[in-house]
Amino acid sequence: METGTKYELKPGMATREAFGKALVELGRVNQNVVALDADLSKSTFTSLFGKEFPDRFFECGIAEANMVGIGSGLASAGKIPFASSFSAFLLNKGFEQLRITAAFPNVNLKAVGTHSGISIGEDGPSQMSVEDISLACSLPGFTVLCPADEVSMMALVHAAAEHFGPVFIRAGRAKAAIIYAAGQKFEIGKSVQLMDGRDLTIIATGLLVAEAIRAADQLEAEGISARVLDMHTIKPLDRDAIAKAAAETGAIVTAEEHLVDAGLGVRVAQVVAETHPCVMECVGIQNTYAESGPPEALLEKYGLVAKNIVEAARKAISRKKA
Amino acid sequence: MTKTSNVQQLQAIAKKTRREIIEMITAAKSGHPGGSLSAVEILVTLYFDALRHDPANPKWPDRDRFLLSKGHAAPVLYSVMAQCGYTPEDELNTLRKLGSIYQGHPDVRFIPALEGSTGSLGQGLSLGIGMALAARLDGRSYKTYVVLGDGEIQEGQVWEAAMFAPFHRVDNVCAIVDYNGIQLDGFVKDILDVAPLGDKWRAFGWHVIEIDGHDIAALQAAYAEFAATKGQPTVILAHTVKGKGVSFMENNPKYHGVAPTQDERVRALEELA
Repeated sequence: METGTKYELKPGMATREAFGKALVELGRVNQNVVALDADLSKSTFTSLFGKEFPDRFFECGIAEANMVGIGSGLASAGKIPFASSFSAFLLNKGFEQLRITAAFPNVNLKAVGTHSGISIGEDGPSQMSVEDISLACSLPGFTVLCPADEVSMMALVHAAAEHFGPVFIRAGRAKAAIIYAAGQKFEIGKSVQLMDGRDLTIIATGLLVAEAIRAADQLEAEGISARVLDMHTIKPLDRDAIAKAAAETGAIVTAEEHLVDAGLGVRVAQVVAETHPCVMECVGIQNTYAESGPPEALLEKYGLVAKNIVEAARKAISRKKA
Repeated sequence: MTKTSNVQQLQAIAKKTRREIIEMITAAKSGHPGGSLSAVEILVTLYFDALRHDPANPKWPDRDRFLLSKGHAAPVLYSVMAQCGYTPEDELNTLRKLGSIYQGHPDVRFIPALEGSTGSLGQGLSLGIGMALAARLDGRSYKTYVVLGDGEIQEGQVWEAAMFAPFHRVDNVCAIVDYNGIQLDGFVKDILDVAPLGDKWRAFGWHVIEIDGHDIAALQAAYAEFAATKGQPTVILAHTVKGKGVSFMENNPKYHGVAPTQDERVRALEELA
């Protein structure tokens, strides 16, 4: 059986930076790729694209609704626009536009929200996006991606460009541990099994994937064998992998940097309930907004680190035996 | 379809369009007659004269784009598109019925020849600017026309878009405000006045043309002036009468969103004979 020792989890770049670099790569090979930003291009890293392709970069100012609408117009006329801002602003201020001009007519717009979750740190909760997965998943036809590291982000940005239809990509501000070797292949809607195990499955997304690996290592030391899935695509979910995990391991722990009320966990629970009901525990933010502070301290305080996944796993195992 | 610049012919098409609007909304038993009737000449003059398009080839890359941002006026758009040959004219009276392509508000899933799905107010100008930017990037000469309601421009997104287009010198987009003075809850001047409208658009950097929106010759001249205006976007403030052409509907807030009864239909069609 594979173990966590194969994952060194070396520090990597933030997924927002990986997005910016991937966008430049895309711009070099596809003239139809354009980018829009709402006065946060240095933070979202679309400035890299803007510098290399000024004619294909549209600075929209602090006006997210208009940015999404213009992006949808560009997409309707054959472009592949990537519209970017902080997730908190893009999804909340642009939601109606994502609904009416992207989801409803099935337009080929790519919305990229950076600074998602609470790991943005000191800027505090008005800038933190803890509802974006829920909002994006609620839109019919949307594909929702939440890559865990730079390798998966770069690959999935390319995959998003090749996929016709509206996509939301969730990126983070904090540096993310490197999970994947260069060249790893990713497919929208197909999770990656990072570790195999018998006793339970940890299904994680985004920044919490690395924590899931750390948790699985700790559980292994306790004699609990955990499977770990990177659910980089939250919509459409990899139903087969979830059903298989439920059937084969009999317990599931989900982990996400998002409100537990309406994110990965409840979506996985729906699939579990519909396929192979089993014990489940959900790690995520509990019905609250966070606060300012160092990212690591916030993740610790709000229960989003490996030890929280370990505790949830122990609880799931005990319930499974009961 | 046969295009024409002849004002009398366009007026005849406008009258027929009004009759179809009355028939459609009466058959549907719901809908928005007032704002459909006020925009008739604006759309007829576009589709039968100014617009570069080919109903036989609705996805022609160089076609001009049209967006009805005030999507609740869908009946006028459906009538005009059907008369052009985009959609079946004999099915217009299925408006709003289950399975009809003529949805309550324009929906590209049902009519692919539409350029956008509208109905949630305030969004069409942003979409149109996006299309205009795409034209510029692709070196294509097509133009994008967006019809807005005067009540609609109370939406903040319209002014985000209004700020964007002049700054980026998007001169291939034309906004047309159907300035009929009435919105659902009453007269615009009593709800949340948008005047002085010309000053507002000018202050945002638009080339402003103010006309009688029922004067076909004035509309033709305005569209030509837009085409000749370079370096800044154009807005046509088309002063119109809500419910135009049907005496008891004219300037009456009641008919923003109430369908004619059978009796009213008969009276309206007599006036539009």
